[in-house]
Amino acid sequence: MKRRISDRLLKLISISFASIILILIIGIVYELIDGSMLSINRFGWRFLVTSTWDPVKNVFGAMPFIFGTMVSSIIALIIALPISMGIAIFLSELAPQKIRPSVSLMIEMLAAIPSIIYGLWGLFVMAPFLQIHVEPLLGKYLWFLPLFKGAPLGIGMLAGGLILSIMIIPTIASITRDILNTVPTLYKEAGLALGMTRWEVMSKIVFPHARSGVIGAIILGFGRALGETMAITMVIGNAPMISASLFSPSYTLASVIANEFSEAVSQLYISSLIELALLLFIISMIFNALARLLVRREKVLQ
Amino acid sequence: MTKKLIIEHLNAWFGSVQALKDINLNIEENSVTAVIGPSGCGKTTFVRCLNRIHEVVDNARISGKVLLDGEDIYASTSDPVLVRRRIGMVFQKPNPFPTMSIFDNVAAGIRLNGIKKKNEIADAVERSIKMAALWDEVKDKLYKSATALSGGQQQRLCIARTIAVEPEVILMDEPASALDPISTAHIEELMQQIKDKYTIVIVTHNMQQAARVSDYTGFFLLGELIEFSKTPDMFTNPGDKRTEDYITGRFG
Ligand SMILES: Nc1ncnc2c1ncn2[C@@H]1O[C@H](COP(=O)(O)OP(=O)(O)OP(=O)(O)O)[C@@H](O)[C@H]1O
Ligand SMILES: [Mg+2]
Repeated sequence: MKRRISDRLLKLISISFASIILILIIGIVYELIDGSMLSINRFGWRFLVTSTWDPVKNVFGAMPFIFGTMVSSIIALIIALPISMGIAIFLSELAPQKIRPSVSLMIEMLAAIPSIIYGLWGLFVMAPFLQIHVEPLLGKYLWFLPLFKGAPLGIGMLAGGLILSIMIIPTIASITRDILNTVPTLYKEAGLALGMTRWEVMSKIVFPHARSGVIGAIILGFGRALGETMAITMVIGNAPMISASLFSPSYTLASVIANEFSEAVSQLYISSLIELALLLFIISMIFNALARLLVRREKVLQ
Repeated sequence: MTKKLIIEHLNAWFGSVQALKDINLNIEENSVTAVIGPSGCGKTTFVRCLNRIHEVVDNARISGKVLLDGEDIYASTSDPVLVRRRIGMVFQKPNPFPTMSIFDNVAAGIRLNGIKKKNEIADAVERSIKMAALWDEVKDKLYKSATALSGGQQQRLCIARTIAVEPEVILMDEPASALDPISTAHIEELMQQIKDKYTIVIVTHNMQQAARVSDYTGFFLLGELIEFSKTPDMFTNPGDKRTEDYITGRFG
């Protein structure tokens, strides 16, 4: 009898804690929508396509921030993708069994470094390096591409994308490694026995088997890049502009909220920032949900 | 008769556990060699050493020589990928590629051989599936997933996949253990049909099968080769008491 009661109590407590999470999310969404009402009513859908952000004249548009967020994350993904895949393949297939745990641990530790530290490193080490060594070279040899036009500032879209890529590599690499590890040896051996090379086993058997999970891992990394705030704020230059050049400064949704919230005075200004937050929330939710769906489907299929 | 494979002082380990101890035997070209012995005696390990699949297991290693047409497949100059194209294998557990269609499973190896023409591939796929006695059951669903087949059908698909590559030696690890008597008969018939072109090594738990299909039989016990001789001799006049006990079912 006594046990029954304690079981029930436990169930009750867990349910109430679990529902706190749900209530919290609903509360956040409600607050975000409620807080952006003023801005939504004033600017409507044009908020999304306006590129002016002028607190003095009280005109606000999200376009440069959406651009900055999406482009910096896409750059991050382009850089991080091949590197993460390389790491994952190395760790799941090629590395000697003995060194796997320690290398894995190091990769996972990278994910645990506070983002402010990445930001500091980006600002004081990476950005000057880009300015002095990388950007002049790109400008010199690839000047005909609009991507590499303008003065090498170090700080800017390229720096932002790079720092994000370093931050999402551990996420993508370690999840991909886990997914690749779930592919049964049975099938890899079947491929080898047919006379496939390791590379053919990877491309013809392992990756097709793990495909949706790997895509999920990639989207999860992308989602992380979208929402990253501190590090990218320190290196992206924080100027709301839309430029084709990777050298020019940019601004992301997360950065502008972090930078300007404390100094926003007018109601409309605050409301516009909250609407930016709502946009960021929606974008990250979509990508996260997508990613989790794919990763989970992979696990269920096993 | 020429010796297709010469196995000399072959030892195999999983970590510190020795699974094969000083195996010496010759496998004749265009013959069927049966490998028999109780569960866990090293039959699978033995055939996996013959196409260099043993070494892909973590911590697994071997010593000794396996000569294919006189050349050591374990020589440092030997490429395991090329060895495996010449020595194909059907695994104990059916393992068709689950992400591929029935057709692609068989075509995968054919494409590896560099054949690109669609009709050539299709012909080779059909021929191989027919040889594996599976054609009638799958001809209407060649583009369905291989996972939609029964265990026995999957195993025959694996046989088709292996013979499609046209290796010189085919290793079969209990290919018939999941098959009904009719498919088993088909597979045995297949072995007789193709043995003038190939060299076959078959692991089996079934004494009658070994006696029916093989020309030579090796009896393994606890990682050692106890006896190796012509099949009729082994079954009528075993040289070792332990062999006799095993084949007459008086074992353990
Ligand atoms: N991956 C492995 N890791 C460690 N030990 C293994 C591994 N595979 C097999 N062994 C061991 O090696 C020995 C030989 O195994 P093997 O699979 O060759 O036996 P078998 O004769 O094929 O048995 P069965 O008839 O049950 O298939 C066994 O003692 C087994 O425990
Ligand atoms: Mg076995």
